[in-house]
Amino acid sequence: MRRILVVWLVLTVIGVPLIVLVLGPHLPPGHMSAEASDQTNANTVMTAVIAPIVFLLVAYFGYALVAFRARGDVLEDGAPIRGHAPTQTVWLVVTTATVLGLAAWGSYTLIVSAHGAGGGQGPNPIALPANYKSALQVQVIGQQWNWTYRFPGYGSVETEHLDLPVDSDVEFHVTSLDVTHSFWAYQLGVKADAVPGVDNIAFVHPRKLGTFSIRCAELCGLWHGHMFQTGDVVSATAFASWIAAQKKAEAFNQKYLTPYARQYFPEPQRRAG
Amino acid sequence: MDSAAELRLLAGRRLRGPLGFNLFTAIALGIGGFFLGAYLGGQIAVGKHYLLATDQNDVGVFMGFLFATIGWFGGLGFFNYPVSRVLGRAAALPHEEARGVGRYFRLSTDHKVIGIQYFFGVGAFFFIGGLNAMLIRTELLTPNERAWPAGQYISLVGLHGTMMIMMTSAFILGPFGNYLVPLMIGARRMAFPRIEALTFWLTPLAGLVLMSAIAWNGFPTGWTGYAPLADQARSGMDAYIWAFLLIGISLCLNGLNLMTTILTQRAPGMTWPRLPIFVWGVFSTSILMVLAAPVLIAALLMGMIDRSANTSFYIASGGGSPYLYENLFWFFGHPEVYILALPGFGIVLEILPVFARKPLWGYRLAVAGMFGVTLLSFFVWQHHLFVSGINGGLRPFYMLTTELISIPTGFIFLNAMGTIWRGKIRYTVPMLFSLAFFFNFLIGGLSGVFLSDVPSDVTTHGSYFVMAHFHYTIMGGLVFAFFAATYYWLPKMTGVMFNERLAKIHFWTAFVFFNLTFFPLFAAGFLDMPRRVSTYAPSLQTLNDFVSASAFCLGASMLVFVVNLIYSLVFARVPAPQNPWHSRALEWQVPTPVPVHNFDEVPEITGYPYDYGVPGAPPVARLRPAEG
Amino acid sequence: MRRSSAKLGLVVVGVACAAALIAYYIASYLVVRPPAVAASGEAPRARITLQTVASIGFGPHHDWVSYLAQNPRGTWEHSTVLTVPAHSLIRVTIYQYDTATGLRNAYWGGPRGLVGGMRINGKLVPTLDPNLASHTFAIPDLGVSVPLQGVASNAKNQCSVAPCTLAQAHNTITFTFRTGKGGTFRWQCFVPCGAGFIFGFGGPMQSIGYMDGYLHVVA
Repeated sequence: MRRILVVWLVLTVIGVPLIVLVLGPHLPPGHMSAEASDQTNANTVMTAVIAPIVFLLVAYFGYALVAFRARGDVLEDGAPIRGHAPTQTVWLVVTTATVLGLAAWGSYTLIVSAHGAGGGQGPNPIALPANYKSALQVQVIGQQWNWTYRFPGYGSVETEHLDLPVDSDVEFHVTSLDVTHSFWAYQLGVKADAVPGVDNIAFVHPRKLGTFSIRCAELCGLWHGHMFQTGDVVSATAFASWIAAQKKAEAFNQKYLTPYARQYFPEPQRRAG
Repeated sequence: MDSAAELRLLAGRRLRGPLGFNLFTAIALGIGGFFLGAYLGGQIAVGKHYLLATDQNDVGVFMGFLFATIGWFGGLGFFNYPVSRVLGRAAALPHEEARGVGRYFRLSTDHKVIGIQYFFGVGAFFFIGGLNAMLIRTELLTPNERAWPAGQYISLVGLHGTMMIMMTSAFILGPFGNYLVPLMIGARRMAFPRIEALTFWLTPLAGLVLMSAIAWNGFPTGWTGYAPLADQARSGMDAYIWAFLLIGISLCLNGLNLMTTILTQRAPGMTWPRLPIFVWGVFSTSILMVLAAPVLIAALLMGMIDRSANTSFYIASGGGSPYLYENLFWFFGHPEVYILALPGFGIVLEILPVFARKPLWGYRLAVAGMFGVTLLSFFVWQHHLFVSGINGGLRPFYMLTTELISIPTGFIFLNAMGTIWRGKIRYTVPMLFSLAFFFNFLIGGLSGVFLSDVPSDVTTHGSYFVMAHFHYTIMGGLVFAFFAATYYWLPKMTGVMFNERLAKIHFWTAFVFFNLTFFPLFAAGFLDMPRRVSTYAPSLQTLNDFVSASAFCLGASMLVFVVNLIYSLVFARVPAPQNPWHSRALEWQVPTPVPVHNFDEVPEITGYPYDYGVPGAPPVARLRPAEG
Repeated sequence: MRRSSAKLGLVVVGVACAAALIAYYIASYLVVRPPAVAASGEAPRARITLQTVASIGFGPHHDWVSYLAQNPRGTWEHSTVLTVPAHSLIRVTIYQYDTATGLRNAYWGGPRGLVGGMRINGKLVPTLDPNLASHTFAIPDLGVSVPLQGVASNAKNQCSVAPCTLAQAHNTITFTFRTGKGGTFRWQCFVPCGAGFIFGFGGPMQSIGYMDGYLHVVA
């Protein structure tokens, strides 16, 4: 028993710092936004908490399966131990403490420190970033099978490409025109289901310039695998000129667009003529 | 029985022959019933504008499936007994006259016949589901659609997932639950033998109905069947709804039957602390089945009338909500994954003491673990909806309940660790599969902790990480437990020993290639690969090709099992001793093959099933209490 | 006696299972796959000619809307799988025989990603009233999206069975787009024209060969 504990201790002392320092920076989704950093940190902490459990079980089973193997062909019985109350109590206390700790830490990061961690919170979000009132509003519209974006602060212009300004709060309003999709901006750490008739809000605060990929994470029919785009985080001035160019380019079609709404209710039986 | 009645019985038996009440009649009547029902449904639906414009006559398809179901059960002879009783004639229970291989193709109320029927019936569909997995991995060899067009790929994904979930729900409870529970508790039969037969025969019918979806190019929703995509799909979705409905009924009835059997049919002296741990696993699972399956049935019925009668339970603009389906489905769906896992816990904890030659360590803790999982599994379902936008404020609660469930699951690991400590471990094939179960389930369970934490889940939700996670728990857990049980109990069930060399090849290839297939998929999920896509970033091609190659090897490993099964059962036929593993358990004390009535006299339970090495421990039962 | 019958039974089961598996595999594999239709002309200029019809008029889904493609020999094929050369200008002519359904998202009413704009019956048109759209021809990964104006619902001599002829009421839409490097791209229609299916996006809208297809860009 002592040997197992020593092996476990050695593995943990070596393994956990390695995970935190070496593996941690490479864990997804990276640090392109504050929310992505929060998720990367969460993934690092999870891996660091889980590793000692794996080490313990592997060391234990590795030792026990070798040390207690049957030798020879004679059928022998093992020691008739039916249980050991102190071990059971310790196990119960340790697992419960770990689990409650993880749940408390997860809830704290979700609500307080990570502002919803980039996940869709529904129409009435409770985890709000400090400056959410001045956040850039972007409506993400899922439809079979593409994403489009509307900017209510810029005359409700609709675009097929997503540019976001760096170092500012962005408030995504994700909705759908038909079936359920899921808006997944991987490097930004945003994932929110697009549900018809629902305004699903997610916050993100981009920190680095660069390109991020956008995919659909909820099966939505034939071209689900092709609902694939890239977006860009650009400087504030580049964003201002991009959105102005979009407004100009889309002016010819703007009058036909449905008035901006927080959600749309697709007519179910809209039929061919 | 007088001689005239005997003659009538003989004549009846001859008449039955190939044209009697059996599987083939059932298939024929089922197909005929489908077309009759589809015709009648078409007559009903004429005049509905939305049906005329397309081939989407869902009323006709549902009517077809209804009549096919009636034809199937009629062909099997399920109505003979009630009809005979109504007409005032005496009717014998069928199993009393059935002998030979033919009885496996007919209605039987013998729990041992039903166990074997389940084993081969569910097994065949498992391999069809596995074939689908091979086709999926073929497509994923390239980053763009090559082998199959997009629609075909999605339909393969749906057929694989639904077939596997439907069939693995009965993977352990079907063959082993039905065969072993009466033997383990000293009973002669299940509480409701005809319901037991019904639960089995619903299962292959559901499999066939699901496969009929191919006629409409499958269905596009995967196994979850999310509305409103399901409302939009072609008639293949009707096959999904009907098949899952049949499975839901089967699960619910099977749970009721097993629960009643365990509560009422125990032999004298089979007190709760003497109950084998597998029976505890079945008992806790049966609670889940009885409480969860009706919710699935309700969700599917609403989907059915959404599709056929144009209601809008799941359509936002008609006053319904897609969230309604998601909630109902996962209220069933999460207990469902424990319906898959808990019998596996029972199997491995049953097998470990036999080959460690030690009592089960922490018996009460194991029971508490199983019931803890049962209770908690009803309070976690919204962790599937963390980013869906429903009840964002409740996410900490579901995070807590989800993480709490690892406490009772941890008990099972402690049981295993305690049981092997200071044992005399013999590495037979069932033991190897049981130990591999713990390795796989450890990875599967701990990856679930990532998914329970909302910030981590935002990355991993709907990605290949989830897919790898549940394959580790279901394939690595349940399927490995199934193989452990197969190698352990099939000698009792068939009277034949397996070829051990082939069995070991099967184990090692399955274990190695299972891990090589699914472990890299955690990385794929972490690297931005969503589930159920036929396309992926070209940078992930090496990873996916490696996974596909491993998956093909895993498929080949499963073929080794089939070869072993056929070789051992048909050609080698090495007779199994009564108790090849030197187990104390009651089911090994009866002769092989098991007599028709299991026990000649009601046994009297006198000891605990796992008292290996306990000095002076009494035998587990006296099979002939009158003499003893 | 019993042993041989057991053997026989098991072999029968085995053969039945194997046959079912193989039949299933073949059924899955032999899905009706539309033939690839090559563009006429060589790089750097090629032409494709399509028509859209209100109902295909034959086959298992004779009442579904569909695209048809003209092969280089000039005959119409029921296919949406197109092969075009890479790094080329592709001139597309679409004969549009269906009546209007209307777009759900009017964004797709503006033609995008074209070289030289969209012409309807020879006239350059900057954008289309979304209610007049019958279908769209869109290749999202190339940024190409073109709305197709529907035939007036009271027009005389409407075509109801494919393939339609130029004598029947139609609009001719012409445009040109540029292909880059090789690859396989999907193209689809964004008008909810799948009649009878919820949100108009079922049936033909989710079936390759009808309102969805592949564009193979061959280097």
